[in-house]
Amino acid sequence: MENGIGLWGVPLAIFAGAIRVSTPFIFVSLGETITERSGRINLGLEGTLVFGAMTAYAVAVLTGSPTLGVLAAMAAGAVFGLIHGWICKFPKVNDIAIGIAMMQFGLGMAFFLGKPFIQPVAPKLPSIPLGGWSSTPQVQAALNINVLFFIGAALALFLFWAFKNTRLGLILRVVGDSTDAARAMGINPDRVRLLATAVGGSLAAIGGAYLSLYYPGSWNEGISSGQGLMAVALVIFARWNPIGCFLAALLFGGAGALGPALQSVGVTQGYYLFYAAPYVLTLIILIMTSSPTRSLAGAPGALSLTK
Amino acid sequence: MTVEANDPGLSIAAGNGASLRPLLEWLARRAEPVAIGLVAILIGLALFSIFILVIGKSPVTLFQLMYTGGFGSWFSIQNSLSRAAPLLLTALCVALPARLGLVIIGGEGAVVLGGVAAAAAAMPFVGVVAPIVLFVFMGIAAMVIGGLWIGLAGFLRHYRGVNETISSLLLAYIAIALMNQFVEGPLRDPASLNKPSTKPLPADYMMGDIPGMDVHWGLVIGVIACIVSWVLIEVTSYGFAARIAGGNVRAAQIQGLPVGRLIVGFTAIAGGFAGLAGMIEVAAVQGSANASLAAGYGYTGILVAFLARHNPLAIIPVAVLLGGIDASGGLIQRRMGLPDATVLVLQGTLFIVILFCETFYGRFKIFNPDLWKRN
Repeated sequence: MENGIGLWGVPLAIFAGAIRVSTPFIFVSLGETITERSGRINLGLEGTLVFGAMTAYAVAVLTGSPTLGVLAAMAAGAVFGLIHGWICKFPKVNDIAIGIAMMQFGLGMAFFLGKPFIQPVAPKLPSIPLGGWSSTPQVQAALNINVLFFIGAALALFLFWAFKNTRLGLILRVVGDSTDAARAMGINPDRVRLLATAVGGSLAAIGGAYLSLYYPGSWNEGISSGQGLMAVALVIFARWNPIGCFLAALLFGGAGALGPALQSVGVTQGYYLFYAAPYVLTLIILIMTSSPTRSLAGAPGALSLTK
Repeated sequence: MTVEANDPGLSIAAGNGASLRPLLEWLARRAEPVAIGLVAILIGLALFSIFILVIGKSPVTLFQLMYTGGFGSWFSIQNSLSRAAPLLLTALCVALPARLGLVIIGGEGAVVLGGVAAAAAAMPFVGVVAPIVLFVFMGIAAMVIGGLWIGLAGFLRHYRGVNETISSLLLAYIAIALMNQFVEGPLRDPASLNKPSTKPLPADYMMGDIPGMDVHWGLVIGVIACIVSWVLIEVTSYGFAARIAGGNVRAAQIQGLPVGRLIVGFTAIAGGFAGLAGMIEVAAVQGSANASLAAGYGYTGILVAFLARHNPLAIIPVAVLLGGIDASGGLIQRRMGLPDATVLVLQGTLFIVILFCETFYGRFKIFNPDLWKRN
């Protein structure tokens, strides 16, 4: 069990797990941040994520290229976002309820179309071995980091900068804070929200592609364990700040890696309780950061979630 | 979530029976959700047919099989009714909080914990008390645990401002983990090897079927729960207060209504019903608590409640309809070679279209009661 590094294996496994497990959270939460910054909430990202996982896997199996798989997943995710955004622009339509419906629809479609792809094996996404300096295999494995993790980190930095410093970022924030102010400025809020939801969906689908093409790296109906939903809570915790999303995703990844890490050193009691750790953590964080009397700091003004 | 202020009793009484107008007014008001709902289902079925055509199968055959599998024979009707039973209760878990403006989607958690609680409560009493007493114990245990679970989401919503949609879903994931922990740990029957389960109830302690039918008593319990919920919402002052709070929380608070207690109370009752669905699953279907409790009843219940527009009486036919669609899944799979997820695709499509059609409310003059007043 211990292979020479003893209990140091636990923090190392949690560190490696944090990086490995966090990548889908990074993409889904960044996508949701963009959508929510425009004043709309898409609760259906869980469905988009699973559909993205299926699309990426299927395209990778058919073409042999995981990159094409990721691109196809992005396109599919954008379509899901467009459907959500288009329906929500009609009056009296509840964006939270539509999100739940889109979640069920996305899961159903993914399971339906993905049935033939459970057996075949798809090529995996490449990773960068950064652990060459170490002779310990565990360290090498831990530092074998997927390309998408770095892309996600860069994207978080870019979005943080872009929200503040670009014209598009400003338009997005105006629409999210006040529909009326945006209209007064001659911006069409529905169109901005439509595009923001499409971009959000496409990023969530990358998170799904990572699940099926890298870790755990297979397609089946239980591929997601609620990452798409936890990401929505994570965005609230991160106060709609992209860098906050990145850090929160790492924290969640670490919590998710806790169970397997302890199991690897022989702790088998209460395995399922450790498995629940990310959900418990999310809930505790939500309880700590919410307040019944004031709206959340940093929340987009037009967001129905926090009203 | 809107609250409809429709009270047939009032409008009929006002007409003194002399004029048709109040009746027409009432009809206009009542016809709107039925007409829009039916149109939504037709659009949903049409979109689903296009999907089936695109993948090269015949939608006509599919709908015929769906009818045969769901309602074509006495056998399939009984099958559909059995599947509708838990849906009645899990739909109430969505519909009751919805009248207060809350979107609770974690009923699945209350179902699985209710099942575990019922199985645990039964253990010391099997062979000691009469079956009917045992069912009461099991039901109480399941309702208390389910009520606490969903009530917690309501509590967090009101007193901590935590979004109840997300918290209830997180609680559902936690509940499933807890169930696995209990069923594989302290409550495991050593005899259950492949599928960890609690000790099964002996045959004479199973709930059994309604006389003359192959449908278990859960259906009756579910229907009663729907009627009780309807009375609670439409007749009692608690329901009236809840509808006011659902329409406008600020107004309700200014009126001095106990919004916090209403929210916690309604979510707890809702969770109690979902917990009862878990108890029925244990006492009438599985005989023990195991991973089969997480069969998705909580999630289908969301669709049932939204289709029924959170009206407890409308939940009954909608649950039977969806139970029938569910029951036909196996037949579609065998005869047409379509995956079992076909039913999920249809449900998702219907769900989206029905929510989309909310936008048509108030758009058509024919449904405006004022039109009939003026004539």
